[in-house]
Amino acid sequence: MRTYTVDVLVVGGGAAGMAAAAAAAREGARTVLLERGERLGGVLEQCIHPGFGLHRYREELTGPEFAHRMRQELDDSGAEVLTGATVLEILPDGPAVKVVSPKGLKKFRPRAVVWAVGARERPFGALRIPGTRPSGVFTAGLAQRLLDLEGLLPGRRAVILGSGDIGLIMARRLHLEGVEVRAVLEIQPFPGGLTRNVVQCLRDFGIPLLLSHTVAEVHGRERLEGITAVRVDEHRHPIPGTERRIEADTLILSVGLIPEVRLIEDTVPLDPVNRGPRVNGRLQTEVPWLFAAGNCVAVFDLVDTVAELGERAGASAARYARGELPPGKPVPLVRGENVVSLVPSYLDGTAESARMYLRVPRPMEGVAVDVGGVVRRRVPVARPAEMIEIPLDGDALSELSQKERIVVEVKPK
Amino acid sequence: MRIAVIGAGAVGSLIARELCRYEAEVVLFERAPDVGWGVTKANSGIVHAGFHDEPGTTRARFCAAGNALYPELATDLEIPFRRTGAYVLAFTTEELSVLEELREWGEVNGVPGLELHRREEILAREPRVNPEVRAGLWSPTVGITLPWEIAIAAVENALDNGLELHLGEPVVGIEVSGGRVRAVRTDKGRYPVEAVVNAAGLFADHIAQMAGLEGPALHPRRGEYVLLDETTGGLVNVVLFPAPTQVSKGILVLPTVDGGLLLGPNAHDLPPDAREATETTREGLEEVIEGAVHLVPDLPLHKTVKTFAGLRPESPQKDFVLGETEVAGFYQAAAMRSPGLTAAPAIARWLAHEIALAHGLEERTDFRPVRKRIPHPADLPEAEWEALIRKDPRWGRIVCFCNRVTEGEIVEAIRRGARTLDGVKFRTRAGFGRCQGGFCTDRILEILARELGAEPWEVTARGGASRIVLGEARP
Repeated sequence: MRTYTVDVLVVGGGAAGMAAAAAAAREGARTVLLERGERLGGVLEQCIHPGFGLHRYREELTGPEFAHRMRQELDDSGAEVLTGATVLEILPDGPAVKVVSPKGLKKFRPRAVVWAVGARERPFGALRIPGTRPSGVFTAGLAQRLLDLEGLLPGRRAVILGSGDIGLIMARRLHLEGVEVRAVLEIQPFPGGLTRNVVQCLRDFGIPLLLSHTVAEVHGRERLEGITAVRVDEHRHPIPGTERRIEADTLILSVGLIPEVRLIEDTVPLDPVNRGPRVNGRLQTEVPWLFAAGNCVAVFDLVDTVAELGERAGASAARYARGELPPGKPVPLVRGENVVSLVPSYLDGTAESARMYLRVPRPMEGVAVDVGGVVRRRVPVARPAEMIEIPLDGDALSELSQKERIVVEVKPK
Repeated sequence: MRIAVIGAGAVGSLIARELCRYEAEVVLFERAPDVGWGVTKANSGIVHAGFHDEPGTTRARFCAAGNALYPELATDLEIPFRRTGAYVLAFTTEELSVLEELREWGEVNGVPGLELHRREEILAREPRVNPEVRAGLWSPTVGITLPWEIAIAAVENALDNGLELHLGEPVVGIEVSGGRVRAVRTDKGRYPVEAVVNAAGLFADHIAQMAGLEGPALHPRRGEYVLLDETTGGLVNVVLFPAPTQVSKGILVLPTVDGGLLLGPNAHDLPPDAREATETTREGLEEVIEGAVHLVPDLPLHKTVKTFAGLRPESPQKDFVLGETEVAGFYQAAAMRSPGLTAAPAIARWLAHEIALAHGLEERTDFRPVRKRIPHPADLPEAEWEALIRKDPRWGRIVCFCNRVTEGEIVEAIRRGARTLDGVKFRTRAGFGRCQGGFCTDRILEILARELGAEPWEVTARGGASRIVLGEARP
């Protein structure tokens, strides 16, 4: 097995990984990007709808267009790319990374690693929905790949469970391909996705959105024949007597993304709510040579954000590889009231500036975000579907880093 | 002489393989499109020790004997088998006396190594066990395996020794005249035979009736399961049983050979005609979780990857129905409730021998007992994996990222008979990991279509109408 010494090894060729590899290479680091698929772009390739790039490129692009631009930036940076290459093992000692591809086994000895592998979809089985186990049940991402990359029709009459953005986008995509979308069910009393997607993907096409509803049972022995929808109470328990059967041959699930941490979960501390590694403002984990960016840290709303985090992680990794990133004193960020997702997990006073990202658990109006009593920001409307982004400048960072802990909370103004 | 075996579950497949040791033409009929898809598929995968069965029953006779054959079977067929050992846990005074009784039964049944352990010993070995436990019966010979892999491996090996396999071909009639079996009729044809082995699982009573026999009366007993992902297996390292009741062995917590944890099964008797009622129920899954949490309180239930149900054949006698019948040449391997999987290798060996004696069959000298599994390069030494990739780069292309299954393995599974998505999954474990096929279903579909020369919309999950995609989006 050949061994290769590099400065920065980036794992994952989606938006975060491409941005990280380009940034690291621009910093002068010898950089290799590993992608397990045959092509760079990650989930962008299957997102053929527009709405990407408004922040990063100041224009509206489709997913493949956004990926194309990022590939060009990566090409220009001089980073080396290996596709069809799956990481098998990350050995903390060294560190060393074992990789397989159709060309054989390889071992890398990097100075720094950027973990940028994205998220996986919560599968049907995790929901413990009773009933039969027919074909015709898909996660939204799988249905999207079949439809948009392979040109294959997953079904003809569909019910969608979960109103996250992918579920909403898929409702419209299926409708446009002539699939009858019977309903979108959402277990919470509010939509899971962005308002613009509720309007542009459901309302504009007359697709019903049933809030406080879930699937009580799946029917059909071979192919799906229908589902039983049921209304739920505020504790998400089904309300007896509200069951109704909806005939459908397809059930699409958009019930959550889970940051992918396999291979690093035994090495690095995770944040229990984000479910990704704990990172500081530079996207460095508590294992100093390991950086992480994108949806494997926490699930973000916009690819523009993911790309920006990737750049930050890649540049930080390059500086670490040069020995220019001394450890600082870590000050943990602590969730106060009304905070679910929260990135970063700690600050260490070494970054010149940083951005904080947080999510509220339910829709709220007229609130303010308070960061350790140092930064306060008013938010007229806070929704779980929309991450709140708070820039932290050098002054704020130096004041915050004097503290023992930084409580982040969202309170009525 | 020609012998028909009806049913390619673990029991029928092992019997067919054992019969191949003799000078006979063996034909195996299976109604499903693949082997091991009936009772075998949704089974706990436990190789029991033999202390659960009352001495004097047929179950007791074959359970410990079957367990003892597993190491050899696992070596010959390259199937996963691990002797984890097991505890039967007692939480009340009443349950303590049940443990005493089980130990006595075990000793009569020839089960080695049984010991009563105290709370401290149990918690030292398995710290996640409910600390309210009072004592446990330790049984070192209990093991875990993959039930469908036994059927797959046994059939592959039997094919290598001359078996004739008919998949997707239900038996519709058995011709008996002059008190002897003469032929088997299926939906496709008539096959003259001199002997029939009824290993038709949940449908063994129907097959027996076709031969004019009365019993056994069967009804399905449903068992529901919850599977936790492959990061949870280390939490519990042995099979944990509650004290059994009159009805069943109870709801268990056990590690799987893939590194996950399996919870279940419950036991609900269904009407005799509910033979395809493999759906799960809300109450059933809650019952399974409650039972499992009683044994191990802090189970990571958020790591659930799958819930499923299986049906086991149950009879009023609660015992196997084995061997010759009043119809000459018609042999039963029926009512194979628990511990059927464990007993199967011993029953297969015994029954094949009985048939050989009755019909004067010679042992073959050219029987090859060894079957090679599909290589799983992620488990091989690096040099061997590299050699596979040099021969065919597809052995270096990972398709299922969770279980690291390569395209080479999937192509080999198809070469060995997989025709459906489930056929590939059960042979390679692709799609069985924590993403449950979210990342690989489209790629397996593409490979299946390519290798079978079919359109993607002709490929099914498990035969019949279970197509995965329905056509082209814009034809």
